[in-house]
Amino acid sequence: MKEVLRIGNAQAFWGDQPDAPARLLNQQPNLDFLTLDYLAEVSLSIMAIQREKDPHGGYAPDFVETVRTIAPLLEKNSKTRLVTNAGGLNPRGCGEACKRVLIENGHGHLKVAIVEGDDVLREIRQAPGNSVFNNLETGHSATAIANDLVTANAYLGAEPVANALNAGADIVITGRVADPSLTVGPCLAHFGWKRDDYDRIAGATVAGHLIECGTQATGGFSTDWLSLPNLENIGYPVVEMTEDGSFVLTKPPATGGRVDLRIAKEQLLYEIGDPGEYLSPDATVSFLNLSLRMDGEDRVHFSGAKGRKPPDTYKVSATYREGYQTSGMLTVFGLNSVEKARRCGEIVFQRMENAGIKPTKTNLECLGTGDSVLGAAGRPEKSNMLETVLRLSVSDPDRKIVERFSRELASLVTCGPQGVTGYATGRPKVRPVFGYWPCLIDRSSVQPSYYFLDD
Amino acid sequence: MIDPQKNSTLRHLGEIAHARSGDKGSSANIAVIADSCEAYDFLKKHLSEVLVADYFQAMEPETVVRFEVPNLQALNFVLTGILAGGGSRSLRVDAQGKTLGQAILQLRLPIPPNLIKMEKEVS
Repeated sequence: MKEVLRIGNAQAFWGDQPDAPARLLNQQPNLDFLTLDYLAEVSLSIMAIQREKDPHGGYAPDFVETVRTIAPLLEKNSKTRLVTNAGGLNPRGCGEACKRVLIENGHGHLKVAIVEGDDVLREIRQAPGNSVFNNLETGHSATAIANDLVTANAYLGAEPVANALNAGADIVITGRVADPSLTVGPCLAHFGWKRDDYDRIAGATVAGHLIECGTQATGGFSTDWLSLPNLENIGYPVVEMTEDGSFVLTKPPATGGRVDLRIAKEQLLYEIGDPGEYLSPDATVSFLNLSLRMDGEDRVHFSGAKGRKPPDTYKVSATYREGYQTSGMLTVFGLNSVEKARRCGEIVFQRMENAGIKPTKTNLECLGTGDSVLGAAGRPEKSNMLETVLRLSVSDPDRKIVERFSRELASLVTCGPQGVTGYATGRPKVRPVFGYWPCLIDRSSVQPSYYFLDD
Repeated sequence: MIDPQKNSTLRHLGEIAHARSGDKGSSANIAVIADSCEAYDFLKKHLSEVLVADYFQAMEPETVVRFEVPNLQALNFVLTGILAGGGSRSLRVDAQGKTLGQAILQLRLPIPPNLIKMEKEVS
């Protein structure tokens, strides 16, 4: 058994740099596992729309293209194995497309495993009144939205991923799996930790949490960003896991960005609630005993993660249809730009009202004036603002009302103030809105499993 | 309550700390990480839930809860309901709370000058 297991991440979300996986594999040829994360909270609802148009879709098609470019690299050197949630709503469809590309390119012998069991839409539809499905944020019962549900997926843990790897998978494709579990799975498989060895699993969970957002662990999105070197070639993160659950966070040599204590701490605390109780399906983790130290340039050593038994429920991300929305922007340049921009917005909304059209929600923002945080952090002197971006948004259950707004904005090009510009992109696109419904499901109602695709 | 934001002798939080923010549904968290032990002690005393709730009042958070993370010299604030619906349905330009970290670093506090001069612990 290797003493150090190297796990990298080269995709933080559906839309991250397309050449990142190939770049990371070239820069770090001794990588044991490459994880690619394609699923944000509402990604599955976008995939649901795609699946309506094409029953074979419903996954991240970009991943299949990625496989085409990286298949030769996976087989080079240390034989890197791949774990990804690119399967989205249709892991089998994704796997079959992936397998076709592998065969076309002479890599058909690579074993592709599919992890399923996360789709719990039927369970919620059958018993929406079950209090376990109540919205975790509002406490509301799911009965009101049961008919509008589009997706409902449980965050599975590392177990089915580890089982697939132990059975010899080269590529594991999942649907919804907790992001850190993409990293915990390889650790369970490699080190053979017991499933109740919660401190070690906690260490791997922390490692997975750190790298799941790709370059955010290497200086992207950090407070110090502007001072970091070589950002056009920012390195994707790699963790060097050891058997005791401690690890080093680093990045390939000669890449941009930085791994230091400041950046590591920021990413550790990214999108978390109680740091003493980070909930994951593999362990409930406390960050409060973690110890971080520099271990050479661009290397931070982590130890001391504490874990305990996870809850008897899985978290579920469900989405439901909630009408339509759109946003449009115009730039106003010149004296009194803030007042002019605001007046432009008021004119659009007044015209709609005069025509008897009242969207359920509207929003007017003057970007440049501190409106991104509604002025909480202060506002610049209006007299200094020669330029303001007007951003108008509406939402409504009726698509026609949102479309009407989208047509109304353009007239400002000729009836607005001198200096109004930036309408070259055309009418704002109307898009469906998906409400987010976080809830729970009993573990006993979910059966995670894996299988191999035939050659 | 005295509004510290109006006192010109105050200094920006960003002079003694760095930050990171993100979303979970319609809630956001903001981690404030002190540049030194002394800065952490100061923040623990001054950067209260009430002060942070007040600072972000315009965005209408429902509740603000502060968690202490002494081993990282950090405070983690969870602001529920602050994202007006969150990622998929908020009409705001920042539906995901990406701006809140930079926003909190603009908060002004009566920071003792000796804390500001301290060298940042980069490594």
